[in-house]
Amino acid sequence: MEDIGSFLLWCVFPYLALGSFVFGTIIRFTFFRDTITAKSSELLEKKLLMIGSILFHVGIIFVFFGHVIGVLIPKAFTDWLGIPNEIYHIGALVMGGIAGFMALAGMLILSHRRFANKRVFKTSSFSDLVVDLAFLVVIVLGLAASLGEGLFLHPEFNYRLNLSVWARQLFYFRPDFHLMLQVPIVFRIHVICGLLIFAFFPYTRLIHALTLPWQYLFRSPEVYRRKPNIRGDHNRG
Amino acid sequence: MKVKAQISMVLNLDKCIGCHTCSVTCKQTWTNRPGAEYMWFNNVETRPGVGYPKKWEDESHYKGGWKLNRKGKLELRAGSKVNKVSLAKIFYNPDMPNLDDYYEPWTYDYQTLFGKETKHQPVARAKSQITGEYMKLNNGPNWDDDLAGSDRSFGEDPNMQNIEADIKGNFEKTFMMYLPRLCEHCLNAACVASCPSGAMYKRDEDGIVLVDQERCRGWRFCMTGCPYKKVYFNWKTNKAEKCTFCYPRIEEGLPTVCSETCVGRIRYIGVILYDADRVQEACEEPDDTKLYQSQLDLFLDPNDPEVIDQALADGVDMETIKCAQRSPIYKMAVEEKIAFPLHPEYRTMPMVWYVPPLSPIMNYFEGKNSIKYPELIFPAIEEMRIPVEYLANLLAGGNTEVIKNALYKLAMMRLYMRAKTSGKDFDPEKLDRVGLTEESATSLYRLLAIAKYEDRFVIPKSKKENIEHVEDDQGGLGYEECDGCALAPAHGSMLRKAKAGMSTKDIYAESFYGGIWRD
Repeated sequence: MEDIGSFLLWCVFPYLALGSFVFGTIIRFTFFRDTITAKSSELLEKKLLMIGSILFHVGIIFVFFGHVIGVLIPKAFTDWLGIPNEIYHIGALVMGGIAGFMALAGMLILSHRRFANKRVFKTSSFSDLVVDLAFLVVIVLGLAASLGEGLFLHPEFNYRLNLSVWARQLFYFRPDFHLMLQVPIVFRIHVICGLLIFAFFPYTRLIHALTLPWQYLFRSPEVYRRKPNIRGDHNRG
Repeated sequence: MKVKAQISMVLNLDKCIGCHTCSVTCKQTWTNRPGAEYMWFNNVETRPGVGYPKKWEDESHYKGGWKLNRKGKLELRAGSKVNKVSLAKIFYNPDMPNLDDYYEPWTYDYQTLFGKETKHQPVARAKSQITGEYMKLNNGPNWDDDLAGSDRSFGEDPNMQNIEADIKGNFEKTFMMYLPRLCEHCLNAACVASCPSGAMYKRDEDGIVLVDQERCRGWRFCMTGCPYKKVYFNWKTNKAEKCTFCYPRIEEGLPTVCSETCVGRIRYIGVILYDADRVQEACEEPDDTKLYQSQLDLFLDPNDPEVIDQALADGVDMETIKCAQRSPIYKMAVEEKIAFPLHPEYRTMPMVWYVPPLSPIMNYFEGKNSIKYPELIFPAIEEMRIPVEYLANLLAGGNTEVIKNALYKLAMMRLYMRAKTSGKDFDPEKLDRVGLTEESATSLYRLLAIAKYEDRFVIPKSKKENIEHVEDDQGGLGYEECDGCALAPAHGSMLRKAKAGMSTKDIYAESFYGGIWRD
């Protein structure tokens, strides 16, 4: 019975969450394109936003790439490069810790701003508040997992031997939930919360992260657009 | 040479009475929605004054428009593309105005006025339209309306900085004028160049600058980029909005709402042809005082056969060219040189131009001998109540010479017409000195003073029939959600086939089967 629960949690739920992410993204971009925006509230409040937004965004971008590296690169590869596990671990802890605390500090400021600033609070949607709290929770859990567990409670635990393996297995559709049972509880909650964020990502303001305006770097400054001419002749009149 | 057509406007400030009708009708048409309450696509400022948003002309603060970099090339003052990415400005735009620079919109608690009789007279208190809470009003739309004499408006107007100190403080020498402002629909729009998503664009047909609401992602660089601060951020949709030059009206050959309703009839709309290939070069003129001239040089003579041929080749239609030939804008800006761009030193090549105001000195000087000795206006212009330097800072990048010439011309035209209508003699050589003839003075008088509707607005229609399937829309446009409201959508395809030369018999055979219509 316990197995069924674990199976659902670690072999079914991740696909539901990621499926929701893919499905929602496609739907949003095809049918609700006009609702996609960065949802800035800078017009309403500027000072706290400056520190909060920059700290959070820079932090979370590093955190994201740190997760990608930690999950996608197998331990065998770093071993082959000759990087000892301790060095890797310390490096990950230090860099991840700095980025994580940046994101946390930013998120604390932003949350304070969202809930305490009347203008910002009154113009927030329910989903803005949920996103705000979800990020706060997931960042705290992430820091608790990697620093609390990694440094004090279970220093011998190496997520690259089970958690990362399971995560990679997700991509070739053979997840083994037994691997996740070896993982400390804080890590597990962190993973679930993270997956939940992915699940509601496309339905919230978070979608703006997928519309990075990279084309801007390559286009000419002025943009001209013309209504299509259905008659095909220009010299009309 | 690449010929493009631009719809543009001239405002005759000499006749603006500051009644705000343009602003109010514009607001009723475009920005009476939640999220847009604080936006005024058109507003009228009292000058000297702080403006809206506060001190918008202070580009050292707001970083709007373009500047020349060390190599003499154009660069957005708010920073290049790379600079925006590298300094993480996309997460926080340091140069963007916030709501308090405009004002927090409010309504009144009107319900309290309809209660039971009370001991004290009830008062409707102001309630924020954003937070819904009672608020203390300390700024609002036109907060400094008609307060041009006060220290605050003098001190906070960036245009006053180059003006002699004695004018600033001396209350007896205070002056006032009105400046209606809207989007300039620039030839080298800084907002368009700032938009990372490519949502902002200039219409190829008529140069109107618009925000594509579907593409806008709310990065807000346009707000910073625009030196006139005429792009706004809707706090409800979280997207940018701006003056549309009432394009649905323009497409039908009608003037914008602000122009249509202007009681002083100060607004003129017309087409102007310009050489799009030389815009950048013109913007890179290093001397601020010469930018007005370099913009003027971009405009092409719509009667020149070479220009007409090139315009047709570049996709400008004949009706637009014909309208350009009768354009009041071309007449005032290029032929008579009495209209000027607002702050050409921002290097955006703005296309809403202004005729500088004249009235204040004339009352003082015109009195007894002015018709007899019209040359007296030349020293008089220097003694004008509104300092020429102020107008030059506003309209010509500090070039007082061109402003003076325009004012001489306007003043001389007045003197000539006064002599003519009162049957006095007037030496036509006096007109010659300011570049007028008897005919041109009379026609300028007709255009500026009589200002007939058909002279003020010469607007080509957009030829919608070439752009949309109007047969399909007939009787149904705007009722897209309503099934069966109009039959045209169903029959439009048949009409099109008929136009393409298909015989009615074939269309019948294709559309009907055994007498039953196939839909």
